[in-house]
Amino acid sequence: MELSGAEIVVQALKDEGVEYVWGYPGGAVLHIYDAVFKQDSVRHILVRHEQAATHAADGYARATGKVGVVLVTSGPGATNAVTGIATAYMDSIPMVVLTGQVPTPVIGSDAFQEVDTVGITRPCVKHNFLVKRVEDLADTIKKAFYIAASGRPGPVVVDIPKDVTDPNIRIPYRYPDTVEMRSYNPVEKGHLGQIRKAVEMMIEAERPVIYTGGGVVLGEASAELTELVRTTGFPITETLMGLGAFPSSDPLFIGMLGMHGTYEANMAMHETDVLIAIGARFDDRVTGKIAHFCPNAKIIHIDVDPASISKTVRVDVPIVGQVKSVLADMLRVLRDNTRRPDPSRIAAWWDRINGWRKLDCLRYEQGSDAIKPQYAVETLYKVTRDDDFYLTSDVGQHQMFAAQFYPFEKPRRWINSGGLGTMGFGLPAAMGVQQAFPDATVACVTGEASIQMCIQELATCKQYSLPIKVVLLNNGYMGMVRQWQEFFYDGRYSHSYVDALPDFKMLAESFGHVGMRIDRPGDLEAAYREAFGMKDRMVFMDIIVDPAENVYPMIEAGKGHHEMHLSPHLSSDRELA
Amino acid sequence: MRHIISVLLENEAGALSRVAGLFSARGYNIESLTVAPTEDATLSRMTLVTTGDEAIIEQITKQLNKLVDVVKLVDLSEGAHIERELMMIKVRADQAMRDELKRLADIFRGNIIDVTDVSYTIEMTGDGAKLDAFIRVLDPDLIIETVRSGPLGIARGGKRLAI
Ligand SMILES: Cc1cc2nc3c(=O)[nH]c(=O)nc-3n(C[C@H](O)[C@H](O)[C@H](O)COP(=O)(O)OP(=O)(O)OC[C@H]3O[C@@H](n4cnc5c(N)ncnc54)[C@H](O)[C@@H]3O)c2cc1C
Ligand SMILES: Cc1ncc(C[n+]2csc(CCOP(=O)(O)OP(=O)(O)O)c2C)c(N)n1
Ligand SMILES: [Mg+2]
Repeated sequence: MELSGAEIVVQALKDEGVEYVWGYPGGAVLHIYDAVFKQDSVRHILVRHEQAATHAADGYARATGKVGVVLVTSGPGATNAVTGIATAYMDSIPMVVLTGQVPTPVIGSDAFQEVDTVGITRPCVKHNFLVKRVEDLADTIKKAFYIAASGRPGPVVVDIPKDVTDPNIRIPYRYPDTVEMRSYNPVEKGHLGQIRKAVEMMIEAERPVIYTGGGVVLGEASAELTELVRTTGFPITETLMGLGAFPSSDPLFIGMLGMHGTYEANMAMHETDVLIAIGARFDDRVTGKIAHFCPNAKIIHIDVDPASISKTVRVDVPIVGQVKSVLADMLRVLRDNTRRPDPSRIAAWWDRINGWRKLDCLRYEQGSDAIKPQYAVETLYKVTRDDDFYLTSDVGQHQMFAAQFYPFEKPRRWINSGGLGTMGFGLPAAMGVQQAFPDATVACVTGEASIQMCIQELATCKQYSLPIKVVLLNNGYMGMVRQWQEFFYDGRYSHSYVDALPDFKMLAESFGHVGMRIDRPGDLEAAYREAFGMKDRMVFMDIIVDPAENVYPMIEAGKGHHEMHLSPHLSSDRELA
Repeated sequence: MRHIISVLLENEAGALSRVAGLFSARGYNIESLTVAPTEDATLSRMTLVTTGDEAIIEQITKQLNKLVDVVKLVDLSEGAHIERELMMIKVRADQAMRDELKRLADIFRGNIIDVTDVSYTIEMTGDGAKLDAFIRVLDPDLIIETVRSGPLGIARGGKRLAI
């Protein structure tokens, strides 16, 4: 089969099994767009801004576990994609981004729409390529998919100069079946000796905590994790990225940990003697001040990336490997061991944790006036709990309220930007999810500031008939910023008030969607039911919430887990440690 | 502590900038870095000298290994090894100074590789301390220009860094 470079790009995507490509055309990729036009097995979704293309592909990847694919032009197309690439990089999301480049003979001459895409993206990709010869195109695309999806996943950029896709130059095409790279060999199985050591430590533990993260979701290891937790009876806490890997309704789950984690999770971290970290990377939002982090614990850490281990916190038993394989081995070793964790010790530990739980740290009071954002999320759960439901989020207080108040039962259902914290992520990510699962209920929880960062995508949702439900918790402020200014800058609300808001209901209607505005707690549930009842329409719900609400508990940056700010609703004289 | 790390990497455009970018992005020290192709034309060998405590050096080697272009590396400072650096130093050499400069170069086992009416260029190899010492014995006013390669390193004995 003889193909042009442009046709090779499209054929390689087909051979890779790609269903969707999110993109935006321009000069450097016109040959590729012509090849896209001539076929219909790879579907191209036209976004309204390249940042949205990357978030949509990212949302698709998070929901499906497959590689998300993006196609953008050179120069501004590529630079607009950078935020989305960095977002995917920070959360280890598999993605392949094809960028057009100026023709090879003019590279380096400041040609029209030339930027050094490989240089600009280098620090925020797992790897990138500049393809200089059409003969290298198929192999490079194969490598890009392999690198993006294997080991610790991540985005890979393939920069393709226009002359490499010349329709008049045709070469024999064969898509490689496998990839051999001497310089890239991700680890699969964990070291058995280390796993045995970890199991011994777990059996001896008096106050164990299982702390899991995005790696369990990425590594499809929910079943193994669930079995481990239930076999041992140990308490489990999850990071923001790990939510749903273990069913949140199970009483062994003690909530999210970290800056806005639950009192019981953070106190358990503070007192644990054996911490079992699984696919989590000891982020500073989780550890707080390192010197105060798990002061009494021996730490076991399972991670596929050796560089994640002992990066910020020194660990005692490192285990490098795929979490699914390591947990399967761990369960086997545990089963073969005649000894078990001492039930009375674990019961005593649970007594202590349940004591902290009694504080009910997430408690809030919904009066009859302003809608509390927490109530908005709880009611959302009430209305959607029996659906095949996915929730994406933007960044801010609403993100934290969603994480705290929507109990996720399965992995890949909670889709948010954790590492980069990218405002503008939620709506385009929801497009990717809805595209992947047309029959599922997909909602995006957002803030009035965040939603305006990719609001143009309402047009894309219309064009492709995506019945996403936008749940806008409109507090009139960049709430998360306002909260910090209230706590740490004596209430000087410098530029955090979101003035000159559009009428979101009318705005949504002008894009051809259904708009709603809800401002009374009593109306909320019925409004949700009406909105979620419209299965084939996008509905934009502008929910006016209490502008003064804060996210609690909160650990200030640089403080220890035992130094939480608690909600003023809770009895103030409660000692914390 | 000072560490000398040898890296085999794919001989590809951009590989060097990935390593350099890693050091600047993560704020690691880099004292010197040299790179050239090896007898296997698809591989380059890089020698870099860095400083940091044990935890930082551990992160540096892990992060280097994580780069897709890096095939293999070894921290030479963990074992017995030899270091050599090349220096070319151009000095003012008027008639009166010529014998003295030649004598000094001989003591340090340097070679004079370029001679003009006014200058000598001396080539010298050794570890960094030796090259420093040679510079110290010269009158600073005599030095026109120096260029140093940064250290190269190789393990002692039969061990090798290869794929
Ligand atoms: C406003 C805001 C507030 C936040 N507050 C909090 C908070 O209170 N609590 C909180 O937890 N987070 C919070 N975050 C998120 C935080 O910034 C980090 O993104 C998050 O804590 C990182 O989660 P993680 O440790 O699970 O790592 P991830 O980024 O999900 O990394 C996954 C880890 O697993 C490894 N891995 C990947 N795949 C595999 C595999 N197959 N097998 C084994 N290992 C694998 C990776 O190498 C990596 O080390 C907040 C973010 C924002 C924007
Ligand atoms: C692109 C980007 N710019 C700035 C920030 C810093 N930031 C974090 S949260 C936030 C406020 C978000 O406001 P809103 O979307 O209204 O959500 P709320 O906190 O009010 O729920 C800001 C500005 C960010 N995370 N991303
Ligand atoms: Mg807001």
